Amino acid sequence: MTKHVGVVYFITSIALLAVGALQSWNIALSIFNLCIISAVMALGLNIQWGYAGLFNVGIMGFTALGALTAVVVSMPKVQRAWVVASNGLILSFLSFIAVVISIVLARRLLPLTSSLRLPVTIGLLIAGYLLIGNFFLPATKQIEAIDPVISGYLGGMGLPILLSWPIAGIVTAVAGWLIGKVSLGLRGDYFAIATLGISDIIIAIIKYEEWLSRGVRNVTGIPRPVPYEIDLLDLSWFVSLTHFLGVTDINNASSIFVKLCYGVLFFVVLAIILWLSERALKSPWGRMMRAIRDNRDAAEAMGKDVKARYLQVFILGCAICGIAGAMLATLEGQFTPTSYIPLRFTFLIWVMVILGGSGNNWGAVLGGVIIWFLWVEVEPVGNWFVSIITASLPKTSFITTHLIAGTSYTRYLLMGIILLSVMRFAPRGLIPER
Amino acid sequence: MEIANAFALLTNFVIIPSITYGAQLSLSALGVTIVFGILRFANFSHGELMSFGAMVTILITSLFQTKGINIFPIPTALLALPIGIIATIAIALLADQLIFRFYRKNRSKPIIFTMASLGLMFFMAGLIRIIIGPNEYSFADGARFLISFRDFKAITGWDQGIAIKQTQLITLVVTLIVVINLLWFIYKTRWGKAMRAYSDNEDLALLSGINPERVVLLAWIIAGALACVAGTLYSLDKIYKPFIFTQITLPVFAATIIGGIGQPIGAVLGGFVVAFSEVAVTYSFKKFLTYLAPTNWEPQGLVQLISTDYKYAVSYIILIVVLLLRPTGIIPGKTT
Repeated sequence: MTKHVGVVYFITSIALLAVGALQSWNIALSIFNLCIISAVMALGLNIQWGYAGLFNVGIMGFTALGALTAVVVSMPKVQRAWVVASNGLILSFLSFIAVVISIVLARRLLPLTSSLRLPVTIGLLIAGYLLIGNFFLPATKQIEAIDPVISGYLGGMGLPILLSWPIAGIVTAVAGWLIGKVSLGLRGDYFAIATLGISDIIIAIIKYEEWLSRGVRNVTGIPRPVPYEIDLLDLSWFVSLTHFLGVTDINNASSIFVKLCYGVLFFVVLAIILWLSERALKSPWGRMMRAIRDNRDAAEAMGKDVKARYLQVFILGCAICGIAGAMLATLEGQFTPTSYIPLRFTFLIWVMVILGGSGNNWGAVLGGVIIWFLWVEVEPVGNWFVSIITASLPKTSFITTHLIAGTSYTRYLLMGIILLSVMRFAPRGLIPER
Repeated sequence: MEIANAFALLTNFVIIPSITYGAQLSLSALGVTIVFGILRFANFSHGELMSFGAMVTILITSLFQTKGINIFPIPTALLALPIGIIATIAIALLADQLIFRFYRKNRSKPIIFTMASLGLMFFMAGLIRIIIGPNEYSFADGARFLISFRDFKAITGWDQGIAIKQTQLITLVVTLIVVINLLWFIYKTRWGKAMRAYSDNEDLALLSGINPERVVLLAWIIAGALACVAGTLYSLDKIYKPFIFTQITLPVFAATIIGGIGQPIGAVLGGFVVAFSEVAVTYSFKKFLTYLAPTNWEPQGLVQLISTDYKYAVSYIILIVVLLLRPTGIIPGKTT
């Protein structure tokens, strides 16, 4: 790392410490934790955009899929739902497999030139849709009818939450493989629009398939990998530790301790992914990816399998975003599908990567940290600013209330300005690619 | 009688809503397609441009309302619309001068333009929410219905009625006027021909002495005006909410791509295709079939292809399918 990089990181840590000193250490730590998660997402996107030049604007879908995996892995099983619906679910799964096999078989058997190919495929698809729906819809109705207030879904597997992070990576990798297979044939803007559409489809499914995710009623109380604040207060070593440190507010201390635990966990994940990404970038594989990015045709002429490499890099990036999603659900302890909107989960990540420096992993991490910091801290700063300029006005005046209501949206404004000015004046970002 | 009822039912719940929605989508898709044809990038900020236009119109409308200026029974918003159009064109041109011109000069890749439009989208989303706030606004005044459900039933004596809202008629009339004029401009006038030439082959157009900056200027003026009209009509007919316009970008892109990117007529067709499929696929045909089927043959289920929850997802699915099977659209368009 160069001196320049060190300075930028130093300034960022000062900013976080300033929040700790001025606002509260609790807030500083929760910002820090989300900064790390954002950095992981930015790393995932950097692999796709920075290494290979894939314009993926579907990050939100993969993050949500990762968060859903966290729910499915860690939540306790809803036994009654499985009892009433398992037959229906198994039958619909079997008919799904039957439909897939029959379509593949039909397309194998009919010669390529046959005019029957398309009608037969469409006919089989419709028949299959009706067949699956016949078993599937009653089963889901039954599941959703069980205790809608507290469950109404299948529940999860009841495994430790930490296990869900690697599993989320695998699930999103599989999803990425499927989506990449379908959409990577498109170039540039078309690929962008396709991924944006696909991510919205994923969110729609998660939102409305309540038997799976509880949909808009949210899943709360996801198990934690770290102790609860209340339990800490009963532990003698924790109490004596606070005495040793001379802390008076023990409740605050326990909440800080929990956040620190999360921070350490996230930091370890970030460090592993960053180390692996750096290794990949410096390997022959990384050089090949950059060659493909800079001149696709030349790389293809040199005998590189561009399509396969694109698919590979797309899957890797998606898996990392999925892991970040699982981490996010773990941190929040809940899963709220409605909170997944493209501005926050797709375009914001883009601002992070562009600001940090596309193609540079340290840059992506830095971008993630800075942008998340600004995203959160713009509001208090804006409020403070508004309170100064409206100091002479009465508290209830129209202008004051309007300005205060608007401050939380200055973050959009700021992100736009950051993205546009970085692209214009420093297109290589804060830490340029070497 | 039964057939008449079935017809009325279908008209009221499928045909009229999808024609209105289709008209609104067509106008928006026209703007996207023209920018794509001339500047060769997918403008992600078009939804916010629509939102901005609608917002200015709303603010001017409420100013008129407090001053007591109106043109009853037509909504005051139509009086405020020209001001909204001018404001939207102004901001589109400003954005072009401040943002896109630089990349045009540098001959940047289309992907860079698209990314800059993401930045513009963020900026405008913030600006709009700061000015008008994130809440809903309903600003339709004037007469509400052209013919109400009850009146229609009283006149015809059918069991099912057809209600036509005034805003739906306004949407159709305005769309018709705008589309006809626009097509006339693009296909008949000198500058329209220059635009088409530039969109077909930039180098040849430059050789024949077409001023590229002038063409780009025209493209933004048209796109801005269309965005404002589309945004205003949409929010007049339904409701204004900044978040909706962030969401509507995808159906608009779907319409653009289905029609063939850079093809004005295609964009109009695409808008209607998206709207009809969104409404028809999620409509429950149970009642409709009950009227048509012989007695005791009523369908059991809802006879609905996809649950209403997936209304928006339908357009995304069409988008993906079209992108994969026929990326050039109905009328073969451009590729980047």
